[in-house]
Amino acid sequence: MAGATSGNQSAIPITTYGSPAPARDGVAGGGMPLQWLTTRVDDFINWARGNSIWPMTYGTACCGIEVMSVLSSHYDLARFGFEVVRFSPRQADLLIVAGTVVDKLAPVMKTIYQQMPDPKWVIAMGACASSGGFYRAYHVVQGIDEVIPVDVYVPGCPPTPEGLIYGILELKKKIERGETKPQIAARERAAQIERQG
Amino acid sequence: MSETMGPAAANPTERLLKEELGDRVLAASESHGDLAVEIRPEALLAAARLLKEHPALDYCYLMDIAAVDHLGQDPRFAVLYNFYSLRHGHRVRIRVRVPEDAPVLDSLYSLWPAADWFEREAWDLMGVQFRGHPRLVRILTHPEFVGHALRKDYHSAERHRLSRTYDLFLEEKAGAPPAE
Repeated sequence: MAGATSGNQSAIPITTYGSPAPARDGVAGGGMPLQWLTTRVDDFINWARGNSIWPMTYGTACCGIEVMSVLSSHYDLARFGFEVVRFSPRQADLLIVAGTVVDKLAPVMKTIYQQMPDPKWVIAMGACASSGGFYRAYHVVQGIDEVIPVDVYVPGCPPTPEGLIYGILELKKKIERGETKPQIAARERAAQIERQG
Repeated sequence: MSETMGPAAANPTERLLKEELGDRVLAASESHGDLAVEIRPEALLAAARLLKEHPALDYCYLMDIAAVDHLGQDPRFAVLYNFYSLRHGHRVRIRVRVPEDAPVLDSLYSLWPAADWFEREAWDLMGVQFRGHPRLVRILTHPEFVGHALRKDYHSAERHRLSRTYDLFLEEKAGAPPAE
């Protein structure tokens, strides 16, 4: 990432905090070198975060079987650097909701999400977690985004292991771009603090 | 359902039930070799005690309790009890009807502890109450659920969200039927 700083500086992605930094000598952000430096650190951190996701499994239905397949030797999520599966939310930063979530379970899932340290991401795996699936009924949450924010939806009933891997890689790209919901919220909080002085 | 109300019933279960309950037995029939008996709801406990304790019957196993919603009929609900005798290898299905305005039956928990969860399920999903059940609370839907989801006049997409987590053992009163 450090090599990207050379050459044309206007091509470097700059994460804006509050009002855009003033330009000096035709260079965007040149008037505030400190802010310019901060955005580069953010990019570096996002790159690192995107490549070291610690997933926590939350299998409530048949999608959980596909998650097990993804994690074990044949599909081997470790190839991408996401192999440190945690069974405690305190140690995880990716919640893979794999399966049907009923209304009775929704507060439990929310508690688990709140126990995860920031920044944290959620993948809604399969039709049930994404939309309720074919359970358009009195007891099923019609998509877990009713309860917790979701960054990536993986379609399928259940999705293939390849589908879940694709979803996790999409999440990785999204994290590196800084476009996931926790990252956007963090930027908004920082901007708010800056406005308040 | 063909009625065989004659006095000389071949099946000992049918004969003994009619001797014990008299005209509180409303109908009896056989289906696939198994007996089905409809009785009046107030005779349920007496019939159950006979089925369990008479040595010739010895229905030691309460297999299932099912509630059925016959919307538009009166009485509206039917509750079916399936019994099996491990010693004699015979079965019987007891059917009682309860009206919509007072869907109350005697609990069979004192005779078969297996009735515990069956009756809670019938209360939860169909709204049938059981007198004498030790803790008649919802078993499948959550404590903040309103209504009875498997009734035919319950809209299938009507949901009730749960606001918080519940301790299942400390807060077991939630979801109980209204006190009389």
